[in-house]
Amino acid sequence: MKVRSLLVVLLLIAMVVTGCTSGGGATTSDKPLRVAVVMPSATTDMAFSQSMFAALKAIQAEMGGEAKMEIKYSENMFKLPDAAAALRDYASQGFDIVIGHGSQYGTSVQEVAKDFPKVTFAWGTEVNTFGMANVYAYTAAAEEGGYINGVMAAMLSKSKVIGVTGPVEAGDAKTYVDGFTQGVAAVDPNIKLSKTWTGSFSDVAKMTEAAKTHIAAGADVLTGSSQSVVGSIGAAKEAGSVLWFGTQQDQATLATQNVVASQQYDWTGILKQIIENRKNGKLGGEAFTLQLKNGGLKIQYNSGYSLPADVKAAAEKAIAGIKDGTIKVQP
Amino acid sequence: MNEVGTVAIIVGILTSAVRLATPYLYAAIGEAFAQTSGVVNLGVDGIMLVGGFAAFLVALTTGSLWLAVLAAAFVGVLMGLLMSLISVTLKAEQGISGIGLYMFGLGLSSLLFKVLVGTVKTVPGFPTVKIPLLGDIPYLGPILFQHSVLVYGAFLLVPVAWWFLEKTTWGLKIRAVGQNPAAADSLGVDVNRTRYFSVCLGAALAGIAGASLSVALLNLFQENMTAGMGFIAVALVYFGGWRPLGILGGALLFSAVDAMQLWMQVLGVKIPSDVAVMLPYLLTIAALAFATNRTRQPAALNVPFERGSN
Repeated sequence: MKVRSLLVVLLLIAMVVTGCTSGGGATTSDKPLRVAVVMPSATTDMAFSQSMFAALKAIQAEMGGEAKMEIKYSENMFKLPDAAAALRDYASQGFDIVIGHGSQYGTSVQEVAKDFPKVTFAWGTEVNTFGMANVYAYTAAAEEGGYINGVMAAMLSKSKVIGVTGPVEAGDAKTYVDGFTQGVAAVDPNIKLSKTWTGSFSDVAKMTEAAKTHIAAGADVLTGSSQSVVGSIGAAKEAGSVLWFGTQQDQATLATQNVVASQQYDWTGILKQIIENRKNGKLGGEAFTLQLKNGGLKIQYNSGYSLPADVKAAAEKAIAGIKDGTIKVQP
Repeated sequence: MNEVGTVAIIVGILTSAVRLATPYLYAAIGEAFAQTSGVVNLGVDGIMLVGGFAAFLVALTTGSLWLAVLAAAFVGVLMGLLMSLISVTLKAEQGISGIGLYMFGLGLSSLLFKVLVGTVKTVPGFPTVKIPLLGDIPYLGPILFQHSVLVYGAFLLVPVAWWFLEKTTWGLKIRAVGQNPAAADSLGVDVNRTRYFSVCLGAALAGIAGASLSVALLNLFQENMTAGMGFIAVALVYFGGWRPLGILGGALLFSAVDAMQLWMQVLGVKIPSDVAVMLPYLLTIAALAFATNRTRQPAALNVPFERGSN
């Protein structure tokens, strides 16, 4: 019993102490800005998590290195209880900005943010801030780049069969594929577009087999989303002349002969806005969306692949159309 | 519009099935060795991961694929020694120690990947080898005889494993310590040593199962890339009634249904993708519940050997 009461006392002390430190979270000019991020996959996944990590690193370099901005991260947090605990830990350690980089983290962010009103939370991909003054939400209009990729894919396909290797039919994977579908249809509605979903963001083996199945069914252009598409890209590479369109991160290095272009997420603009807002006392309450128009989405052409001029022109025309609103892509 | 004919679809499904069955065959036949000797090793998935990583790393650094397979088998044996030490010598509960081994393998392979490789990389893996003449047979050629060496190895393992378990003295010893360790002991068979051997042999095969993914089928390594295949392999051992031929049947059935659901999605058959993805797993559960022949289950499965007590 003695041990237990001692534990209770320690716990109480811990709560009081953390309560105090989290209270002192506001940035001053000499202390570095402290940012923590919780991610569902590795910082080197060539996809979703890497896009966020790269943006944070870029901002850190711009601000003047570790002395000005501290970055802590927890990767591979695919278990929600672990992610929730990590979010709470960072908040209680007095981090200024705590990011839950995954739509599955929403409820955890909502719970933790209530207890730390002076910490800025950000999560995505979503647009819901739960009406809380210290929560930002961010998302990517993945359908926009999907549309552009779709236009190019339709023009480049010779067999007129295109395959989509999707992970889970939700979030930006779904909106990307929806945009891609519209882009293909805008060029040639007769193209046969097949879609597979593996039910997992990380099952590389199944993704590989899905891609091989598309190829066996006659597809000569593939696309897909999530960190498991490295499997699809491998299958395209092995098949030789099968083309690939990427999303989330520039995937050209994975197969220089096969990757035509990638839609890249650039979170730096949004992150800078959040940091700026926090400096001015606005801790949250706003939702941001990456778009082609605001520079958050970029189409990265693979320099190793010689894209025919007319295809590139069509892509650029579609980008301009989406930017000025003459082309409307439904998510 | 390109229409894919029915025959092409069936050939496609079966070709996929043969490819998909490969890691399951290595892992499940390995597990059958361990279980026949009386040890349930639930750590197969973890062993596959460290084996897969070891093979990937060796292929990446030396470029030698056979060295990569050897490395996978070697780290498999190390994992098998660990499992044997815990469950045979120290007599810990087999199920729990296996789960522990799985988590250890998952963590270790992820950590080493992060430290030693860091990012997604691909290696040139075993190429497809078309077997002369046989590979030219219509339909059957592409299904059976146009694969990489490790795929052929997995299927050749089936008769070899059967012969080893049923026809050799070693196989007899393994079966004896799994059925009645006390009797085997009284006849001078070293029960624990036989179990060590069986578990390590099985673990070596689980390591090769990992290698079949990382240097033959996918040619890359990613954290937790097996995604639970090792557990399906354990289920296939029960499914196959501890017989290599039964395991082959189970692995092919499971893989064929998996390949079929991918084809159904590609062809646009109107079923929700979530249901499609579940199909092979539902089938496994149903088969385990209804169609398992347990008469061959080793009597001493999951029971540590204590001289004089059993």
